[in-house]
Amino acid sequence: MNPQAIIDGLIAGSTIGLGAIGLTLTYSILRFANFTHGDFLAWGAYLTLTVAGVLGGLAAGLGAPVYPFSFGWGLPLAMLGGVALTVALTLGLDRVLFGRLRARGADAIIIVMASFGASMALRSLLEFIFTAKPAYFTKALQIAKPLGLGMRATPDQLLVIGLTALLVLALHLLVTRSATGRAMRAVSENPSLAGVYGVDVGKVVRVTWIIGAGMACIAGVMAGLLVQIRPYMGFDLLLPLFSAAILGGIGSIPGAMLGGLIIGLSEAFAVQIIGAEWRAAISFIILVIVLMLRPQGLFGQKEA
Amino acid sequence: MSALSLAGLQAGYDPDLPIIKGVSFNVEKGEAVCILGPNGAGKSTMIKAIAGLVPCFGGQVRLGETDITCMPSHLLARNGMGFVPQTENIFTRLSIFENLQIAAQLLPKPERAGRIEAMLDMFPDLAARPRELAGALSGGQRQMLAAARALLTEPEVLMLDEPSAGLSPKLVGQVFDTLGRISDAGVTLVLVEQNVRAALTLTERALVLVDGKLAHDGPTDVLHDGKFLGELFLGHRAAEATR
Repeated sequence: MNPQAIIDGLIAGSTIGLGAIGLTLTYSILRFANFTHGDFLAWGAYLTLTVAGVLGGLAAGLGAPVYPFSFGWGLPLAMLGGVALTVALTLGLDRVLFGRLRARGADAIIIVMASFGASMALRSLLEFIFTAKPAYFTKALQIAKPLGLGMRATPDQLLVIGLTALLVLALHLLVTRSATGRAMRAVSENPSLAGVYGVDVGKVVRVTWIIGAGMACIAGVMAGLLVQIRPYMGFDLLLPLFSAAILGGIGSIPGAMLGGLIIGLSEAFAVQIIGAEWRAAISFIILVIVLMLRPQGLFGQKEA
Repeated sequence: MSALSLAGLQAGYDPDLPIIKGVSFNVEKGEAVCILGPNGAGKSTMIKAIAGLVPCFGGQVRLGETDITCMPSHLLARNGMGFVPQTENIFTRLSIFENLQIAAQLLPKPERAGRIEAMLDMFPDLAARPRELAGALSGGQRQMLAAARALLTEPEVLMLDEPSAGLSPKLVGQVFDTLGRISDAGVTLVLVEQNVRAALTLTERALVLVDGKLAHDGPTDVLHDGKFLGELFLGHRAAEATR
């Protein structure tokens, strides 16, 4: 077996894990499975690409690659703009759709169906605006460098893994050590009681969307940087995202990240051992096994 | 001046079928009042409506000078209303200390640590293991934590929904001893309680709710006669007993 599968799995798992964090947070705090989350990844990537195009038009030097990476300073700057725009998109969607349904006391299944419809609309809109033709943040070629033990990775790939680790740590500290994080955990457990404690539940909901959208955008940019940008890139990641969130335990940030890495590594090893055609099935198989054996996931808590 | 006043409050889950049908009463500052009534009378619904957790369809609720009718629960907490629900009144997945920290967010930053310390001093059972998950606490200790959380912000009015529910007689005694100390400290108490005997030891005035309407508002001493209370619960004395 080729140890390169470990690096391939970690890289895929980083994107899945970051995406799953947003999904697990919205699931635990807003209490519905948000099918639009995959599309937030794709929108994040396209919005970042758009901002990068505008920045490139304003200052051509921003696009020049910064050694050893394949991209210039324009991409991280554009990603900040992309995050802001993706956040605006999610808050807007919450205001016109999900928030109204919550205010009417709609059942979770109604909100899930609404998110399914919104997901299709967002995806079609993306295809309408940008076409189905793949787009790229950079077309510069990178040579994978040896890491030892027969593994190789490009600087971009290593950056993705490092940035993911940094973001997960920062988010974990935010949720476990800060007042905002405590309020999020409180709303996740019991929103009515959180209100009685003086927590502004509406504000916590907005913070959750902001974090989820931010992570989705960064995950989309990472996927776009390492592979390509397509309108369906988020939809294709939806099953791995749900599998990772459920495997890690709904509401757990380290759980979602670990779940993402397990899914990514399983896919990479499946490609080597049983063939690339089975890659997509792995997430589904893991999801079914987790739901049967440990529905609360690795770090989740059983319903009382 | 009244600490809490209701004027013709109508509340429930369906505007066409209100559970609380025009209830009015005043609670004076520092007073301890219990709300009694048979099952299904609307006691918990009324206290939840005051606490912003059940919709109000008519009437007015005032906290001191402030109109708090239909005010969201998080704003009520900021306006000096403490409420302890009957069940699920603490965050079991957070530590004891974190439960208190969340409530302390309503206070100015320099006061937070001192108030948490004061609550831990008041409830030594909690002080012994503040980093433990609140879900590991016994029923009585959970009520203590819920009360500590509500008192932490020094509310003008503290409302409790059946604090004795599900507790052993010994724990009921402990909880009511604590509530007695809170009342002695001058906090206005409004208590919904099924355990009539325990409630009457603590409060000097009782409101009896029958079918969403006030059937009695008066001193608790007349209620020590079980027959009188029984007739109130059955609705036979509603008219003449109301003050």
